[in-house]
Amino acid sequence: MGLQIIRPDTRINFLKMRYGAFLISGLLILAGLLSLVVKGGPQLGIDFSGGMIIQIKFDQPVELSRVQQALRDADLPGLGVQRFGTAQDNEFLVRTSSSDLVSDEVRRDIQNSLDQNLAGVGFDIQRLEMVGPRVGADLRAQAMEALFYAILLIAIYISGRFEQRWFPAVIMAAGLTGGIAALRWLGLPMELLVVAALLITIGLCWKLKLSYALGAVVALVHDVFITLGMFSLLNKDLDLAIIAAFLTIIGYSLNDTIIVYDRIRENIRDKVDMTLPKVINLSINQTLSRTILTSGTTLMVVLCLVLLGGGVIHDFALALLIGIAVGTFSSIFIASPILLGLSKIADVDLEAERATDTVAV
Amino acid sequence: MKMSLRIRIVLAVIGLLLGGLYALPALTNLQGTFLGKVLPESEIRLGLDLRGGMHLTLGVDIPRGVANTMAQFGQDIRSEAQDEGIFILRPQVVNDVKLEFTLARGAQQDDLERMLRNRFDNLQILSKETQEAGQIRYAVGMTQQYRAHVEDLLVEQAIKTIRNRIDQFGVAEPDIRRQADGRIQVQLPGLQDPERAVAIIGQTAHLEFKLVDDQADIDRALRGILPPDAELASMHTRNPDGSVSQTPIVIKRDTLMTGEFITDARVSFDQFNQAYVGLNFNARGSRLFERITGENTGRRLAIVLDGNVHSAPVIQERIAGGRASITGRFTTEEATDLALVLRAGALPAPVHIMEERTVGPSLGRESIERGLQAALIGGALILVFMLVYYSMSGIVANAVLCLNILLVMAGLAAFGATLTLPGIAGIILTIGIAVDANVLIFERIREEIRRGLTPAIAIDEGYSRALKAILDANITTIIAAIVLYQFGTGPIRGFAVTLSLGILASMFTAIFVSRIFFDFWLKWRKPGTPLSI
Repeated sequence: MGLQIIRPDTRINFLKMRYGAFLISGLLILAGLLSLVVKGGPQLGIDFSGGMIIQIKFDQPVELSRVQQALRDADLPGLGVQRFGTAQDNEFLVRTSSSDLVSDEVRRDIQNSLDQNLAGVGFDIQRLEMVGPRVGADLRAQAMEALFYAILLIAIYISGRFEQRWFPAVIMAAGLTGGIAALRWLGLPMELLVVAALLITIGLCWKLKLSYALGAVVALVHDVFITLGMFSLLNKDLDLAIIAAFLTIIGYSLNDTIIVYDRIRENIRDKVDMTLPKVINLSINQTLSRTILTSGTTLMVVLCLVLLGGGVIHDFALALLIGIAVGTFSSIFIASPILLGLSKIADVDLEAERATDTVAV
Repeated sequence: MKMSLRIRIVLAVIGLLLGGLYALPALTNLQGTFLGKVLPESEIRLGLDLRGGMHLTLGVDIPRGVANTMAQFGQDIRSEAQDEGIFILRPQVVNDVKLEFTLARGAQQDDLERMLRNRFDNLQILSKETQEAGQIRYAVGMTQQYRAHVEDLLVEQAIKTIRNRIDQFGVAEPDIRRQADGRIQVQLPGLQDPERAVAIIGQTAHLEFKLVDDQADIDRALRGILPPDAELASMHTRNPDGSVSQTPIVIKRDTLMTGEFITDARVSFDQFNQAYVGLNFNARGSRLFERITGENTGRRLAIVLDGNVHSAPVIQERIAGGRASITGRFTTEEATDLALVLRAGALPAPVHIMEERTVGPSLGRESIERGLQAALIGGALILVFMLVYYSMSGIVANAVLCLNILLVMAGLAAFGATLTLPGIAGIILTIGIAVDANVLIFERIREEIRRGLTPAIAIDEGYSRALKAILDANITTIIAAIVLYQFGTGPIRGFAVTLSLGILASMFTAIFVSRIFFDFWLKWRKPGTPLSI
């Protein structure tokens, strides 16, 4: 046999650690929420808020303050200048908040200001992105819609395929679409709709006793929230690419959760003499080496991307890095304990499956 | 039921060959070689973020276009009516949608309405009121059906015009698409001079001919006191030293004619060697221009381009023959660009740039290099890790991982999908997912071996038990990818595509192909050899 990271007879009592884990998660979410509240919501990139970013590369080292000084003449609304990439790249990102500007005028203004105030320093405008307010609003609505549909489809898939309960899954789909249609009719903004969709999903999962779906949805919301909070704490912009990263995190987090759940279900059937907490602990331990290996290798490649992929993709890769790490944590410490909690509070009889659910494919 | 090993090997080889068939010509330059002639011509298209270029979303100002069309109807109604001896006063567009005019003699009401019904069946009378002296004030508007048609046509014409301009500008493989809400998406790959492109595409080149209001008092106009049918504009004149000065001028609000009738525009030079743009109109434009000049002889006609007056010559006489010229003391370059946009077709309505994304070619190249470097290093780390961790079985995992990447590349080439920077990230993530499938299987096999099962049974159990988990996990990821593809544009779609291709390829390679290696080993090993995993 090859190497082993986790000894096969490892029996860590993960459930015992759940309160500590909840505390850590709670603190992380709270810190993120606080940051979001203090900053008045997520920091939107130009994809969603509208505006312009211009990436400029100089052919020799220039101080940030000199670039800022030089561009003051261009008189651009909401001007912000920051270094981009590493120091030896000599690259800067210039932002303006207004999107009513005409891009070639801005280009000319910047060109003139830099020519006058930084004489002798050659530069090249490498990238210019301008998003108008209407496009920004559309992209925002689209992104929210995407998150909404992803959660909806996934909740339905898990309830149906995973719990073999397509009927409640269909009820949930109908309830969710109906509820959202009603709220949309009231003219609520998309952001609130997503929150409402989440609450409805969780409520329906609870009512219909779709415990696995509930655990998985809570875990993925947990992951997205922590990643969102971290981005706010790190002062990173939310843009289209980051939403794409969120959707990937959702997919990945579920992937991880499902593998553990799968094992729990298998063990519930096979190990009839074990109590539910023992089954959950055993299942997490049995899949632990896979979880660590897969997360480890994936994190390794994503880390390569963060460190070597270049500035344009850095934030996207960073979101993946945070999300995958948090997703691994949540499938062990959040999703599985929730199953146990549910069986106590909501009177979900997971063990009843031992008798009835023999057709699992 | 299990397929025989031989059939599975054949299938795997077919997969490998198909992959190679598309991936090889896409990844290497085989032009001129024997292989280059035999293999299908395929390439992996690079997104704008990787090859550099410009992405624009343009919004057509539909209300303005509709208003222009209505103004044109006003001219047409007046001229048709005139031919029939019906007298119509002051046609005027109100709120961009309504055309109001006054019938001078109420007795001609039946004649007018018959004419409207017969010749202008796309218009409907919205209201009419009899005023003192028997005049009747009419308001007409487009029928709903026709209005939808006009709006559709506006966007189509705008697309045609923009395509013409880009063709004249000379960009290879431009991609121009219509989107919802009268939006147009323009993609110009590998563009070297984004500034000029924006100037040429974005310039509305909305040419209007309007009368100058010579009675109006400029000083009063500057203070905001204007006759109701007039507006303040600025006239651009170039001074001998090359600077441009702007002088205020009061012009009538009504547009007599727009640039839509232009068939040709050329740069010419007058006797002072000053560049001007000569215009040719089509038949309808010629008639219109002839009547306008005939009716307004002795008055000044302002030539308004995108809201700026370029010149305002006095109309000396009725001009027949469909020719006109725009003078404005242009530089030769300005005149050339103006002629280009007018020749390519003036836009039927102004177009606004709603979104612009430009990536310089050097940044694109750098992005590819860095992305690929990251992918290679990440991939290499995984290969080494898998080999060390699973020894011989690690080699199997690595072999199918390489096949997996080959298939993703082949898929990109075969479906003509676009590789973007997030797409490279998708490939990197795919490597992680593909490894996951193998890890799941291998860990399961190890578990079964630990339970004391023979390698043959352990492999069988490992594959069948892990399969379910792999399917569930991958389907949820595919759901996320499908949603991403649905809502995403450009680079994000690229990510969704590579992610989906990667998952499909990994199902094939990590489940189907890797099993072949194990079964092969089981068949040929010496009895009792332990499985190296």
